[in-house]
Amino acid sequence: MDFPGIPEGTKDALPEEMRALRQITDRLRHQFEQAEYGEVYTPTVERQSTLALGDRSIADGAFKLLDEHGEVLVFRPDMTIPIARVAASSFASQAPPLRLYYQAHTYRDEGGRPSEMLESGVELLGLAAPTGTVEVLGLLCGCLDAVGLLDYRIGIGDATIYPNLLASIVPDLDQRKRIMHELSTLDFVGLEREVRAADLSPQDAELLIELPRIRGSSAVLGQDLDPTATGLMQGLRKLDDSLPDTVRSRAIYDLGLCRRPGYYTGTIFEVYDPAWSGPVGGGGHYDDLLGRFGRLMPAVGFSLHIESLHGALYDEGRKK
Amino acid sequence: MSDTMTVAVPRGAMFSETLDLLEGLGRDVSAVRSNDRKLFFPEAGLITMRPSDVLTYVSSGVADLGITGKDVLMEHNGGGVYELFDLGYAACRMVVAAREQDREEVESRMRELGTLRVATKYPNVAKRYFAESGRQVEIVEVKGSVELAPVTGLADAIVDLTQSGATLSENGLVVLEDMSSSTARLVANRVSYNYRSDEIDEFLGEIRQHLNF
Repeated sequence: MDFPGIPEGTKDALPEEMRALRQITDRLRHQFEQAEYGEVYTPTVERQSTLALGDRSIADGAFKLLDEHGEVLVFRPDMTIPIARVAASSFASQAPPLRLYYQAHTYRDEGGRPSEMLESGVELLGLAAPTGTVEVLGLLCGCLDAVGLLDYRIGIGDATIYPNLLASIVPDLDQRKRIMHELSTLDFVGLEREVRAADLSPQDAELLIELPRIRGSSAVLGQDLDPTATGLMQGLRKLDDSLPDTVRSRAIYDLGLCRRPGYYTGTIFEVYDPAWSGPVGGGGHYDDLLGRFGRLMPAVGFSLHIESLHGALYDEGRKK
Repeated sequence: MSDTMTVAVPRGAMFSETLDLLEGLGRDVSAVRSNDRKLFFPEAGLITMRPSDVLTYVSSGVADLGITGKDVLMEHNGGGVYELFDLGYAACRMVVAAREQDREEVESRMRELGTLRVATKYPNVAKRYFAESGRQVEIVEVKGSVELAPVTGLADAIVDLTQSGATLSENGLVVLEDMSSSTARLVANRVSYNYRSDEIDEFLGEIRQHLNF
C-alpha cells in the first residue's frame, strides 16, 4: 500500500519533539511577556496585494490559493508584513511605541523549495535607531540565554552602507544592480569581476571590493577607511556605543551582511551558532514599511526559527 | 563545526593541484598523498571527497571551507555558501556539443519539433541557459559519460564541462556553443565565515600571497 505523504517542505512533529519545541516557545513567551510585549495572531493567508506592499520579492510565497472573487491569497511568508498591516489598522489609535510578539508558522520559498517553519519573534514599532535596536538586540540575547543556547554570536550589519557607497561611486544603475546581485548571493568573485568591469579609479574599486569583506569585533568600526564609507558607518558606531557589554561581547560586525526580504532600511542582524549550519534567526530595522500601510514610523524586530534553534540546542548539548 | 578549521578537498581532476596549493601554504598533506583509500584526515583538518560533494559538506557546516569548481556552484545556484576566491586552476568551459554530422539535424529539430533533447550532468545550468536564450529543451539527466548520449541517440546534444576538448573529439563531438567558463573556487560556510573570520581571512591571505595576487 502507498502511504499518503505530506507536502514537500513540511513535517509532522511527535510528542517528544513537540515537548522540546513547546519548552523553547514557552521560555521565549515568558521573556516577551516580561519585556511587556503583547502577543498577536494574524490570518494564515494574506492577500498577495498586501504582501506586495511590503516586499514584492516574497509576495509569491510558497503556497497560494484563490478566493471566490479570484483574489490571490498567499500563505504568509513572514509575520513582519502582517503585523505592519495590523499596526496601521487595528492599532491605529494607540500611541507608539507598540511592542508586539508572535509565535506562528510561516511559509517561504527557500531556493525553489517550499518550507513551513515555526517562527517566534518581536516587532518594536515607533522607536528610532539606536534606541529601538538596542532594546531588541538586548531582548534577543536575553531570549537565547533563556533557552540555554551557549555559543551564539550576533552578526550585525547595515542594509544601507553598501548600496549608498555604491551610489556615491558608480553612476550607472544597471552596474549597481549587478554588483548588488553578486553581494546578495554571497559571491565575492563575481563582485570583484563586476566592480572591475565598471571602469572606476583603483582606489574606488579597491574600496568596493574590500569593504564588504570586513567583519569582526567593535574594532572594525574604528578602521580608517575612505571618508564616505566612514560616514556611512556612523549608524553602526552609534549602535555599538549604546550596546550593553552582554550584547557587544556577542557581536560580529559584518559590513557586507545582506538580508532578505528587501524592506530593511538600517541595522540588520543574524544569529549564528557553531552547532548549526545556517542562521537560527535574524532581523533588523524597517523604517519605511509601516508608511506603506499608512502609518509611517520607525520599526525594528527579530524572528527566531524554532526548529533550527532546537537543532542547535540539541547539538550543543551533545558536545558538552 | 569542529574545534579545528576543516577544509573539504576535491578528489578527481582538482585533487593534485589542490594538494600542491595546500602544501605551498605549509600544510602537511603527505598523509593524504600516500593514502588513496582514506578519506578523512582530522589531524590535518582535511576531508577528501568528489567535487560535487564539497558544496554539500560546506553548506552543512561539516567543513568550514572547501574547494570546488564554479560548475558545481552554478548547478546549485551558489549553494548558499560564500564564494571567496577564484583559485584559477582547473580551468574548463561549459559547452553545448553535438556530433559533427548532427549540426544541421540539431537546428532542424529545434525548428520543426520546437524542442531538443539535451543530455547533461548539469540539468539546472542547461535549463537556465536554454531558457535565457528563449529555447525549449527536454533535459535528459545522466550521471556519467555524457558523450555517450548523442552517439547512441539518447539525446541530440549535450551540455558538459570540457577542459581540452579531447574527450569530445574522441567521441566525434564538436562544440556548438560556448556557455561559460569554470575554475576552482574557495568557498566558505555562512556561519563559519563569521564565526571563524580571523582564521578564514588568514587562510585567504596566505593563498593570495602564494598565488601572487
